Amino acid sequence: MTTSTAGRFVGQSVKRREDPRLLTGHGRYVDDVVLPGMLHCTFVRSDVARGRIIRVDTEAAAALDGVTAVLTAADLNPHAGNMQPTLLLTTPGAPLRPLADGDVRFVGEPIVLIVASSRYVAEDAADLVEVEIDSDPAVIDVEHALDDGVPIVHPELGTNLGAEMVFPISPELEAVLAGDNVVRRIFRQHRHTPVPMETRGVVVEYEPSVGELHAWMSTQNPHEAKQAMSRVTGVPAHLVRVEGHDVGGGFGQKFFTPREEMTVALAARRLGRTLKWIEDRRENLIASNHARADVAECTFALDGDGRLLGTYIDHIEDAGAFPVGATGGAGALVGLLFTGPYKCALASLRTRSVWTNTCGRGAYRGPWMFETVAREQMVDAAARAMGMDPLDWRRRNVIPTAELPYTLPTGLPLDMVSPSETLEQAAEIIGYDAFRSEQRRLFAEEGRLVGIGLGLYVEPSTGMMDPMGTETAVVRVNPNGQVTVALGTGAHGQGIETTMAQVVAEELGIDYEDVTIVQGDSAVTAYGRGTGGSGTAVIAGNSCRNACAVVRAKAIEIAAHLMEAAPDDLEIADAQIAVRGTPTRSVAWTEVARIAHLETARLPEGMEVGLEATATFKAPPFSWSNACHACTVEIDRATGVVSILRYVVSEDCGVMINPMIVEGQVAGGVVQGIGGTLYEHFVYDDDGNPLTTTFMDYLLPTTTEVPTIEYGHVETPSPTPGGHKGMGEGGAIGSPPAIFNAVADALALVGATIDRTPLTPDTILGAITTDA
Amino acid sequence: MLPVEMTVNGERRRGVVDARRTLADFLREECALTGTHLGCEHGVCGACTVLLDGEAVRACLIFAVQAGGAAVTTIEGLGGPDGALSPVQDAFREEHGLQCGFCTPGFVVSVTALLQENPKPSETEIREALSGNLCRCTGYQGIIGAVKRAAEGR
Repeated sequence: MTTSTAGRFVGQSVKRREDPRLLTGHGRYVDDVVLPGMLHCTFVRSDVARGRIIRVDTEAAAALDGVTAVLTAADLNPHAGNMQPTLLLTTPGAPLRPLADGDVRFVGEPIVLIVASSRYVAEDAADLVEVEIDSDPAVIDVEHALDDGVPIVHPELGTNLGAEMVFPISPELEAVLAGDNVVRRIFRQHRHTPVPMETRGVVVEYEPSVGELHAWMSTQNPHEAKQAMSRVTGVPAHLVRVEGHDVGGGFGQKFFTPREEMTVALAARRLGRTLKWIEDRRENLIASNHARADVAECTFALDGDGRLLGTYIDHIEDAGAFPVGATGGAGALVGLLFTGPYKCALASLRTRSVWTNTCGRGAYRGPWMFETVAREQMVDAAARAMGMDPLDWRRRNVIPTAELPYTLPTGLPLDMVSPSETLEQAAEIIGYDAFRSEQRRLFAEEGRLVGIGLGLYVEPSTGMMDPMGTETAVVRVNPNGQVTVALGTGAHGQGIETTMAQVVAEELGIDYEDVTIVQGDSAVTAYGRGTGGSGTAVIAGNSCRNACAVVRAKAIEIAAHLMEAAPDDLEIADAQIAVRGTPTRSVAWTEVARIAHLETARLPEGMEVGLEATATFKAPPFSWSNACHACTVEIDRATGVVSILRYVVSEDCGVMINPMIVEGQVAGGVVQGIGGTLYEHFVYDDDGNPLTTTFMDYLLPTTTEVPTIEYGHVETPSPTPGGHKGMGEGGAIGSPPAIFNAVADALALVGATIDRTPLTPDTILGAITTDA
Repeated sequence: MLPVEMTVNGERRRGVVDARRTLADFLREECALTGTHLGCEHGVCGACTVLLDGEAVRACLIFAVQAGGAAVTTIEGLGGPDGALSPVQDAFREEHGLQCGFCTPGFVVSVTALLQENPKPSETEIREALSGNLCRCTGYQGIIGAVKRAAEGR
């Protein structure tokens, strides 16, 4: 199943086209946009998690020099259309409103919007707004949010249960769950947040005389933002334009259109002024979507040899108060994918999404990744319970390539993956067996605690729901032969201007330098899915391929006509269209392009003038990618500090377009997983006050904490035309359980156990003291 | 309002600013040099790093008036006038030391200062020198590779 398919451009580590402008300070991020008459916004936010608004006094703020408007719920909310951030997810979700009205539901909820001549003046005015709130008890602990007598986060909904999915336990499953070898564990994953280095932001220009709304926004998804802004402001969608040029990271946080951006758009529409809002870091930490907060009770039933017979997972995700994108939304996939790459005949699940008075949940690089976290941590627990090495357990249970396609017990069809190969490759690169010997020696002779952990997963990238699986490319050949490609993507670090140009150059047989990608602008691109969900290579890539096929066929038809040759005998290579095997009989690509536009009498009779095509690709529901992460750690027994010794990723994303970019994506994801497992923790106190509101408290990994990541590649082409698979999220999916398992493996030497993250020094020391 | 004058990327710049105006905002707004980015505005992330009389500083923690009379170099001042990349910038491109590019100006300026002070840093020295700059995309792999490449003059 392993092949190598490097082409002239596809498969090459082409240097990124985006880099020169970004390296010289000439990128164009949203805060770099300056327009005539532009005013600056800031929000006054709730410092109470749940309570009734008694009084909002804006008089002093409004009187300040330079203040244009001080807007409250009464000014904006009655004019707001549908505030649902996306219609993509069908659950209606929380009753979102532009500004808090009557009550507040989490610390950070916007109450007042200030519009002023500068950000400095806007913040001065914000300090002058007096807000009086009567606090009520808040719902903070998601595990008790459904108990009797607990307050209701959204009184309109009458329940704290946002969504629920249940697969009943079959009699067969019930029987194995009552067997001799049943392992049950509860795992908790703590709350953290995506933290793009560029916070969110938007500039909105509304021109009343023409009724057009034009926004520049830090977004992964300009077309979604356009639709959302149209719904909220009432400006018809064809008069709304959203541009996002350079976007300073997103990781899911900028995929849907959050409340503040919609509120600023509504204010711009109401005031008829051009408004800029740039989120500050405190706002980003407390009020941009959070992620991960999960808990699950997991059960594995095994036979006497450790083979998995059945699983059950009872999962709760903390949706917060106002999740970005309906409910938290990831829980269903946590349940459906829980058995992952292992053979298992029986599975059942319950997943619940629960409202709390905290910042809303949203997408973050593998939104459902708790399925991998919970499963892989369970695998090690089950292996230990059965007296097996975790690698041996995986070898015994992993779905062999020969048994593909394999239907998961939840009904999902798994195919074109290589979990077994990546498991073996990762184990080989990290030297699993040698490490085991060394581990025993270090512990026996020096008392040192080192451990090894694995994280094996399959990822169902691409879209199961409209429009997540579809992208449209417009491939336009200019009269001089150079090509402009328009895509509905919203790149934010992935190098789409480079990779998609590689694909187009490969498909058209022209030079990479002669292809330009235009994206991130709703007005000049066809409706598209944006950039997220590990979808670009498969979906945008194949939309480019489909459009190129049309363009190529037409170019060949023109060339055939010019040369009086049969189209079937022609091929395009190095920008020449030549008779196959007779390269001297050829016509230049540039000449065909010129004739198609400027000497149209020479075209075949009846042929349409020009050389361009618009084509759409609809992905199959699943294009599975997979990887195995392996890492080794050492625990300092005196301080509880975890150090990562080595980190290996063996991945299979099918045909790589640009290996340099693939490895860069993997590395970024892994380090987010390292941060998320060891350092990053968004903390609320019992009253719902956020305690980690700066980078002094919310700790991101730095150069001194990260290891050098080692890579292995396995290539199993997907069944889509280019053979690519999604790979943007995977690094952040496989890493948390690999690190957790390595730490748990080290702690097992002294009989200590862990069941939750983050793995802070306190947690580790506590485990050693309590258990050992 | 206070008058301020400084040299930015070799050009004399004058302005009249609030005492509380940060150097970062002065560079971004008065000088229209938007390559200096604000990632946290509390001195942790390093995205706003510029050279002040040759020393790497955080432009979000310095008031514009404090830079009066100084020579400031921003990311825009490091490459050639024809758009040519500096050796450090080129090394970042070669080693894939950037993805979204938002933290990149701060890293490039910090690395430029590091290599001026210590032209042949060890890997440990590189990691320690850059521990005050946050990157969320690259996992720092390409960044460390870029510093090594630039130091080796490859």
